[in-house]
Order: sequence, then C-alpha cells, then structure tokens
Amino acid sequence: MLSKVTILKRPETREKWMKAVFLVAALSSILALFLIMYFVFSSGIPFIKEYGLKAFLFGQKWSPINSPQQYGILPMIVGSFALTIGASVVGAPIGIMSAVYLSFYAKGKVKNFFQSAVSLMASVPSIIYGFFALQLMVPLSKSLFGGTGMNIITASVLLGIMILPTVISISEASLNAVPNRYYQGSVALGTTKEISIFRTMIPAAKSGILSSVILGIGRAIGETMAVYLIAGNQARLPKALTDGVRTLTTNIVLEMGYAGVEHRQALIATAMVLFVFILIINLIFFVVKRKGSHE
Amino acid sequence: MSKVLRFLVKAAALLTVSIFIIMVGYIVVRGIPGLSWDMFAWKYTSENQSLVPAMITTLMLIVLVLLIAIPFGVLTGIYLTEYARQQSKVVIAIRLATETLAGIPSIVYGLFGMLFFVFRLQWSYSLIAGAFTAAIMVLPLIIRTTEEALLSVDPLLKQASLGLGATKLQTIIKVALPVAMPGILAGIMLSIGRIVGETAAFIFTLGTMSQLPTRLTQSGRTLALHMYMLSSEAFHVKEAFATALVLLIIVLIINRISTRLSKWVNKTK
Repeated sequence: MLSKVTILKRPETREKWMKAVFLVAALSSILALFLIMYFVFSSGIPFIKEYGLKAFLFGQKWSPINSPQQYGILPMIVGSFALTIGASVVGAPIGIMSAVYLSFYAKGKVKNFFQSAVSLMASVPSIIYGFFALQLMVPLSKSLFGGTGMNIITASVLLGIMILPTVISISEASLNAVPNRYYQGSVALGTTKEISIFRTMIPAAKSGILSSVILGIGRAIGETMAVYLIAGNQARLPKALTDGVRTLTTNIVLEMGYAGVEHRQALIATAMVLFVFILIINLIFFVVKRKGSHE
Repeated sequence: MSKVLRFLVKAAALLTVSIFIIMVGYIVVRGIPGLSWDMFAWKYTSENQSLVPAMITTLMLIVLVLLIAIPFGVLTGIYLTEYARQQSKVVIAIRLATETLAGIPSIVYGLFGMLFFVFRLQWSYSLIAGAFTAAIMVLPLIIRTTEEALLSVDPLLKQASLGLGATKLQTIIKVALPVAMPGILAGIMLSIGRIVGETAAFIFTLGTMSQLPTRLTQSGRTLALHMYMLSSEAFHVKEAFATALVLLIIVLIINRISTRLSKWVNKTK
C-alpha cells in the first residue's frame, strides 16, 4: 500500500495537481470580475427599478439631501461626456502628432529622452496632475475666462494632457508596425517625407491609432481625483464651456462619505451607469482592434 | 503643405515634452522650499503634517497587495502560456475577464471594495480591505507581463530541458521562470507604481486615518491619500507641494527601475 504522501511525490500526480492549481488561479480573474459586477449591479438595478430608469438617466436635478430627494444624473452624464470629448479634442491631435515625431523624426538621444518622458508621464499619479492643475492651470483659466477657473475648459485640457501617454505609446507602436516598404514605395514615387507619412503610413496604421484614442477616452471617462480637484463639481447642466461640471466619477467620491441608505444606492447606480459606458468603450476597442488585425 | 505638416509634428512633440518639464519643474521648485524636518517626524500631528506614517503605510500596503496578487497573477500567466490550448473557451473567457478588469476605473474598484470587503465581509476601513481591492486592480497587469515574459523565453531552452527528461512542471519552474524573471519583475514594479499613485480606490476601502496602522484591520493612509487630504484643504499648500515632490520622486524611481528591467529583457532576448 502506498501512503498518501508517496502518491503526492510521484511526478505524474504532482504534474496533474499543479495543472489544477494553475487553472484555479487562472479562474480567479473571472471570479473577481463576476463579484464586481454582482455587487455593483445588485445594488444599482433595484434602485433604478424603484426610481425609474428615465427619471434617473434623464432627470436634470440631483438633490439627495433636500426633500423630496431627486436623483437625476443627466448633469453628470453630460459632464462626463463634455470632459471626455474635450480631452480627445486636446489630447488626440497632440498625441498622434507626437507619435509621428517619435516614429519618423526623433533619433538617438532625443528619441530616448522623449520616450522616457512619455513613460514617466504615464506613471505620474492623477492626484499630482490634479494638484498641479489646481495650482497653475486654474488661476490661469480664472484670469482668462473669469469665474472660479474651475470649468470644462480647464478640466478638458488637463484630461487631454493625462491621456497623452496612452495615445502616444499605442499610436507609435502601430506606426512602427506598418511595413517600411510602404514608406519606401511612397518616397520612391517622388513624394515628400511628410506626404508619405500622412497619406500612406497614417492611413495604414489607422485602426491602431483609433484604438489608442478609444483607450484614452476610457481613461478620461474613468478619471476621478484630478477632475475632482479642478472641474468645479456643480451638479447642474452646464450652459457654456466656462461652466463647472460634475462627472459620474466625482459624484461618487464627493458624496459617498456621508450618504444614507437610499442615497448610497443612487451613487452605486451612478457607478453602474459608468460601468456600462466603460463596457461599451471596451467593446468598441475590441471591434476596432480586431478589424485592424484582420486587414 | 509638407512644411506645415513638419512644423505641426515638431510643435506637438515640443508641446508634449514642455508640459512634462513644466509640471515636474513646477512641483520641484514649489516643493523644495516646503520640505522641512517636521514633515519627516516619526509621529503625525496636525501641526507637522508628517508623511512618515503615510510612507510606512504605503510600504505595508505594497507588501500585502503583492502577497495576494503575485501568486494569482503569475500562476494565471503560466496557465495561459504553458498549459491552456489557445482559442479554447476557458482561455477566451479569462482573456476577456482580465481585459475588462484592466479597463474598470479605480473609483469603481473602490466602490466594490467598500461594498464587498468593508460592508459585506465587515472588515471595516482597513489595510486588508484596501490590499484586496488593489490586488484585483493590479492582477491584469501582472498576468499580462508574466505572459509576455514567458512567451519571450526561447522555446529551444524548454525543449532541451524536456529532452533531458525533465517534466513539464520542472521545466517551467527551473528553466522558463528564471529566464522570464526580469520581465515578471518589470510588471511587478509597474504594479507597485500603480499602488503608490492610487487614490480613488483607497478612499472608501483603506480609509484616510492619519496614524500608522498597527493591525491589518486598522485604517491608514498612503502617501497619495495623504497628498489628497492635503490638497483638498487650503491650509497646507506648502506641505502639499513638498508631499507632491516626495511622491513624484518615488514614482519616477519606480518607473526607471521598471524600464531598466524591461530593456534588459529585450537585450538578452
């Protein structure tokens, strides 16, 4: 009779056991995702059922403290969209152009320095971006546009800066992946370097460049602490670019600390809406990436 | 036309680099005068705004998160590269899960951590609740870097090991993992950077207590959370700048180490 221990010591048994261990560990990320979705949706859905989906998504008034309580998140949805669009308008052109520079113009030490700067920009914590903007950009915006300086423009510019590393690194990688003979072919036909880049190389890399911007949008819509410090946080529909806004993310941070039962559910439902937006953005990202790899 | 385009490309690049230099320069210039010995006092008081307890808390949190996330992340990476059949349903499900996890904003992680670890499991605002939340957050990063590192191991090495009669498990542990180690370490450094810089996920899981936690079930604040507390009130601008400087130096060092490690991998490949 073999004892249990010797069975475990047999190589074949150990191999089988370890394979099971690897599989169980690998399933943990599915479990984690499931848990997150369960906890967010199981508190969010009952609230929306009770309050009404239309009243929640399209209600213009958010006043959780005064009675009667009103939980309309349209101002926050508009706020998140405004800042995300603003961030892409600022970040996408600068980012893509910088990626072109890195891929086709920069050489040697300059290239090394540039790449390090981009990688360092990606690692700067959002609280530092926010604090920097609060101290330097908000006063500047105040003197330019009046008011408090905490508005859509200030927050869009900061978010545009914050998505730069994402846009640059992924766009650069996809530009580098375009076969060099495309470029050589175009130049051989007598065009300039710039025309070859913009007419041949960028169109060839377009799905990668597009997915870099989509990923940037995902970052911008999920950003919390930096926006919290500089966007003004007013829960009302903005009328101008110089108005302050509150986003879906900041709504949670601002009020979760003191929320009562129903109020807390409303905030979790806010997170649920954010989560759905993120899932949609991820889906678009996968589709674009897939299309790119099939071409 | 060409000249205009060339100008635009160079202007954009210059702008990107200038933004980075201005930001770092501004924090250095305003941060240095704010540094004082009081800020490095062993105990935090509302007068000295010491960042030492926050620094130690950050270290404790890093250790805890890595203890949880490394085993799961590395084992998953091994499963995906060495055992699973590519394109099998399990692999697709795991890929989808990790990529979705990677896209979830940190505030949603924080909210989930609060609902699950703090309320449901009743761990209260604590080191352990913050650590589990952050572990899930960095899991996709560790999985991906482990996968990449293992895939870059020369298949000849593995075949040689198997040919000499080693089992698959022995080959993975004794041959593949040591070769892939720098790449895995680079991923771990990136995760550390993420933990150090994180705020939104910790406010409602770790809490913001200013004293040093002495037990896993006590609340504390990391350096980034300390920075958040200082910057959201207007009385401590000087200290906030100094704290920002210290935080910035730490993340830049972590970033450099991580870049060095991954460059080393590419060179030896």
